[in-house]
Amino acid sequence: MGIVKLPIGPQHPALKEPENFTITLDGERVIDVDIRIGYTHRGIEKLMESRTYTQNLYLVERICGICSYAHVENFTQNVEEILGLQIPKRAEYIRTLFLELERLHSHFLWLGVAGHEIGFDTLFMYTWQDREVVQDLLEMISGNRVNYAMNAIGGVRRDVSEEHRKKVLEGMDYLEKRTEYYKEVAINEKTILARAENVGILKPKVALKLAAVGPTARASGIMVDIRKDDPYASYPDIPFDVITTNTNDVLGRVVVRVLEVFESIKIIRYLMGHLPDGEIITKAPRKVPEGESISHTEAPRGEDFHYLRSNGTEKPERYKVRTPTLANLPAVAEMLKETYLADVPIIVAAIDPCMGCMDRVLLLKKGKEKPGELIDGERLRRYGIKWYAERGWKA
Amino acid sequence: MKVPGKMLPKIVGFIVRKPVTVLYPKERLIPPETLRGKMRFHLDRCISCGLCARDCPSGACTMHEIDGKKRPIFDLDYCTFCAQCAESCPKDAIEMTSEFELAHYKKGEAIVQ
Repeated sequence: MGIVKLPIGPQHPALKEPENFTITLDGERVIDVDIRIGYTHRGIEKLMESRTYTQNLYLVERICGICSYAHVENFTQNVEEILGLQIPKRAEYIRTLFLELERLHSHFLWLGVAGHEIGFDTLFMYTWQDREVVQDLLEMISGNRVNYAMNAIGGVRRDVSEEHRKKVLEGMDYLEKRTEYYKEVAINEKTILARAENVGILKPKVALKLAAVGPTARASGIMVDIRKDDPYASYPDIPFDVITTNTNDVLGRVVVRVLEVFESIKIIRYLMGHLPDGEIITKAPRKVPEGESISHTEAPRGEDFHYLRSNGTEKPERYKVRTPTLANLPAVAEMLKETYLADVPIIVAAIDPCMGCMDRVLLLKKGKEKPGELIDGERLRRYGIKWYAERGWKA
Repeated sequence: MKVPGKMLPKIVGFIVRKPVTVLYPKERLIPPETLRGKMRFHLDRCISCGLCARDCPSGACTMHEIDGKKRPIFDLDYCTFCAQCAESCPKDAIEMTSEFELAHYKKGEAIVQ
């Protein structure tokens, strides 16, 4: 059988979001993959330049629906760094609580989606049922199930009461029991093993070369976790382990995420046991002095990177976001090579892709052609007149 | 799995269990106290500073001059219920209630003033 090029997407029933995978097939085997992104560009970075820092708090949160808190945490960290603001200890702990609750719900969500992709919908129903527990806790404290609007520049907007603390701990007890079950399922269940073992191999050397991040890298045995490498919020105070496996396959990515849930539960218990007293917010000025700042956090999917340049006004001059999915996409192209077409959905799902948060401005280069150049309106006008003048048109 | 039928108790449990969903609108789940719903505006406390409109991230809150006094008007079609206006207000003239059933037929019907 000859070589066949199979386009999947941009609109395809198997894809949750628009992206394009052009897969070159030799029979059933994938020999090459070309990934085309850029279908969900929303212009958030540019929009941020025309809004004040307070307004941007709510915009930056909407970059992603699942890891929204990681983005807003990055944004506030950036602004606070330029302002030289020290936030209260209690606010730091509450922020860390939200970061970990978000990781919990994201990992439960992913586990369900992975189950769904391999046709194990029972797992999907189970994990999404448990995810409700986390969502209810988030709603109880912040008032919202997603896009919690918890952060303000200089602290957090809502406090954790004694009653909340008790309910969070109760929720953690329930989730720990459930996760024990998932751990057993992930390691022993034949349905999962048959579809996940030795599928989507990413060797540690390749993962390093392609700069994979988050659980994808950790499943290849690379110790990379921003919470440990460059601690932020209250992570320096908290004892926890970085989970890695060395199976390099989809099963490893399942195991890493399930074990990370246990770590998150451990962190949340520690936070709830050591919650310091005091203020939750300090007053911040409206104008941010000139300066530059970068911030990165460990979002559920990996390293989330933000850059801010301020110019002394109420609005940022430049804002740049790099989400973990973009960092993991080159690794996906590598993982897909030499696999079967039937494994494509689970391999793509294994990095927990979030195309909507990933798309930024793209500059397409084709082969050895010169890259495109930017033309402003005036130059384009003159070019138009010249082009027609060469063809005999007279003004 | 090592022991077959491990999921059986769970499955039987689901048969006799009460459904998670409720028959809205006859039965209702109680929203948490922290829920940010429709806002309430106290005109007598307002000092026309305009901070609410300045900080609103979605353009739901705009300042209008009515009867010689500058005051905010909230269009809930645009509102994201972040409660930033209530937080920015120096006189506590804006208050968030937990009213969330705001369905209406036409644009511009849900206005708080």
